[in-house]
Amino acid sequence: MDMKVSKKKLGLKEKYQHMTRGLGWETTYQSMDEVFPYAKYEGIKIHDWDKWEDPFRLTMDAYWKYQAEKERKLYAIIDAYAQNNGHLSVTDARYINAVKLFLNGISPLEYMAHRGFAHAGRQFPGVGPRVACLMQSLDEIRHAQTQIHSLSNYNKYYNGFHEYRHMLERVWYLSVPRSFFDDAITAGPFEFMVAIGFSFEYVLTNLLFVPFVSGAAYNGDMGTMTFGFSAQSDEARHMTLGLEVIKFILEQDPDNLPIVQQWIDKWTWRGYRVLTLVGMMMDYMLPKRIMSWKEAWEVYFEENGGALFKDLARYGIRPPKWLDQIEQDKDHISHQAWATFYNYAAACNFHTWIPTDDEMDWLSQKYPNSFDKYYRPRLEYWREEAKKGNRFYNKTLPMLCQTCQIPMIFTEPGDPTQICYREVDYKGNKYHFCSDGCKEIFEHEPEKYIQSWLPVHQIYQGNCFNEGVDPTAEGFDPLAAVLDYYHLNFGRDNLDFEGSEDQKNFDAWRGMATKNT
Amino acid sequence: MQIDLRTVSIKPLRQTFDHIARRIGPDKAATRYQEGTLDVQATHNFHYRPTWDPDHEIFDASRSAIRMVDWYAFKDPRQFYYGAYTLARAKQQETAESNFDFVEGRGLADSLPDALKDTVLKLLLPLRHVAWGGNMNGAFITAYGYGTALTQPCLYHSMDQLGIAQYLTRVGLLLGDDPSVLDEAKKSWMEGEAWQGLRRYVEDSFVLKDPLELFVAQMVALDGLLYPLVYETIVDDVLASQGGTPIAMLTQFMTDWYSETRKWVDATVKTAAAESPENKALLEKWITHWRDRAASALMPVAQLALGNQADSLTSEVVSQFNARLAKAGVTL
Repeated sequence: MDMKVSKKKLGLKEKYQHMTRGLGWETTYQSMDEVFPYAKYEGIKIHDWDKWEDPFRLTMDAYWKYQAEKERKLYAIIDAYAQNNGHLSVTDARYINAVKLFLNGISPLEYMAHRGFAHAGRQFPGVGPRVACLMQSLDEIRHAQTQIHSLSNYNKYYNGFHEYRHMLERVWYLSVPRSFFDDAITAGPFEFMVAIGFSFEYVLTNLLFVPFVSGAAYNGDMGTMTFGFSAQSDEARHMTLGLEVIKFILEQDPDNLPIVQQWIDKWTWRGYRVLTLVGMMMDYMLPKRIMSWKEAWEVYFEENGGALFKDLARYGIRPPKWLDQIEQDKDHISHQAWATFYNYAAACNFHTWIPTDDEMDWLSQKYPNSFDKYYRPRLEYWREEAKKGNRFYNKTLPMLCQTCQIPMIFTEPGDPTQICYREVDYKGNKYHFCSDGCKEIFEHEPEKYIQSWLPVHQIYQGNCFNEGVDPTAEGFDPLAAVLDYYHLNFGRDNLDFEGSEDQKNFDAWRGMATKNT
Repeated sequence: MQIDLRTVSIKPLRQTFDHIARRIGPDKAATRYQEGTLDVQATHNFHYRPTWDPDHEIFDASRSAIRMVDWYAFKDPRQFYYGAYTLARAKQQETAESNFDFVEGRGLADSLPDALKDTVLKLLLPLRHVAWGGNMNGAFITAYGYGTALTQPCLYHSMDQLGIAQYLTRVGLLLGDDPSVLDEAKKSWMEGEAWQGLRRYVEDSFVLKDPLELFVAQMVALDGLLYPLVYETIVDDVLASQGGTPIAMLTQFMTDWYSETRKWVDATVKTAAAESPENKALLEKWITHWRDRAASALMPVAQLALGNQADSLTSEVVSQFNARLAKAGVTL
């Protein structure tokens, strides 16, 4: 009698290889260079794509199953939160301004990540990284949409959310996060992966996501907290992808090291500059604080990142440049940023305020070396002036850094009383920078950064007025014209929190929800 | 009895974001598809040009010869945003899973006549690579297409194609004696005479630069002939009548997927063609070209299962294709 030999059971790794690696082939009717035209121009040398270690093994059927389960739960909570007017249970309506910052500054980047990973996921000649990138592309559109859907309910009741897409491309401070991502996506696919996959998703993500999501949890914002938690397991996959990318590139050829090191230096600095907004949010905008920016930097970068770079040392990678400056800056940048927004609150789509006495005491305690000495006196002075009716809104335009596009507000390393300026002459023009880091990044790729769409320059060039506006007309008010171009409603989206429509509505609605009158 | 549960009712300041309201009117609540799709992609004031394509902006409508006044005229009739998409696919994969369980659990694969099993392996397994090509092409349009209304469903399509390649791989692992059947199928794909026309087609599609022409080559022409021919005609009709019903169960995902996805493809063609006579003429030119290439590339593949019936059945599929496109406003 014939015995049927039972089939050998395939291991998970082997099975996944059949499900992915086995699908690709070396093209012959069209050359591989034509099919993957962007694989070589950055100078990265890859000899064997099969050496790629899959950072996770997820077939599409399993992906659909897990993700659908997560979506079902998430949207049930979003619906319940909206139905119960969950927004009325946040600690204090000032908190909602942190959510505005998130929707305006961060969610559109999730969408850009979706497109960027599709680009990388099309262009890598290796099947393994292509599949991993495309799955991340799919996750990123999830993040963009779950954020838009969660925060849509805030938009129904509060100002400053209503034109987030329009404002992203126009409002001065939003060019900071936007140019960061434009920079990454216009780079080649390898640099994109080091920029976003590694530097941002792996090294810096905890400094972005944890503050916002924990901030939401601390401040009773169940809606925001839930999409954050729901994204967490996706993020875990993204982090393993980011790390695998670095290791893979470095293991392929020793010539890749200097290129990758330069990218790590650049993108850590670029990312750190964007995180200024997060630092400010943590120290000033959360009524119930989680930890200070300085503490977050110490835990998530100095400790965790330190261990990571120790691990990467065997590939010849050293920690990113300019960490010594960041070390000194951590006592200052959040205060400097909030002061700037307080100054420019008329041109801003969220509200500002002077911290309460309690909050100032918290800041003194968290920043013993800097707050009482440099920043408290200024805040107290502004508070006094506002009380006297002299609230001053700055209507002039600041000089911007050509690279990070933040106004020149940062101080010299070692001297918090001196603004830091750097400049470069290039092809007959003078370019300005906030730091050695931004200057060096420019010098490495000047042809890229001279293209920057700097909001202040654009205003001066007359590119930020609606069609038909005549800047030479008598009584022309440039600020009003620019705010029109921004679609920013004066008196509703901008200025101080105190006296704002948000404040009044929240008080009235919370009264309805908690009292019987 | 109606129970009137109450929550505190406060009047919202607005129904949706302004960019959505400008499109649907200020007093309407937006759907999740609308909020997650309309105008989501950046359009103005880009900071830098791509180092990999300095002739274009990051997102640039001029990458295509198709012209649209508004790229959000495209609508996905399935209204797929990520949540709706994954829920739909999760349901389908559940069916697929129980079909695989059913076939496996009852040993139905072993009960298939050898000749039929052989035909299935020869026909279906090299199609893994065609699906992989579909994944590449969907990714291309997602990356370089213009407007979320067009690019979003292309990513879903791309991932669906990966899923299909993986289901085909499972069919091979289930039916074949060991994984070497996959290698044999790849060898056919690379060298077998029957497959070279199709491989050339797929590789030629990899170097197309116009996202809409690629849409035509992949989603309209290739999918539009391959799925009706292979899954609806060969698997569901011909092989099923020869005792191959278990195979139809294993490929139910593909059949269901295609009958759903073609609605989106039709809607997209219809919208682009209705925009202008120039668009219509261009689409007709592209579709005719890629349809003819796809049909002749599929013919030798169809012969593997259909023998001398291949000619007439392929012609039938082509005429159904023409009728379908005529409904979408394209005369071929």
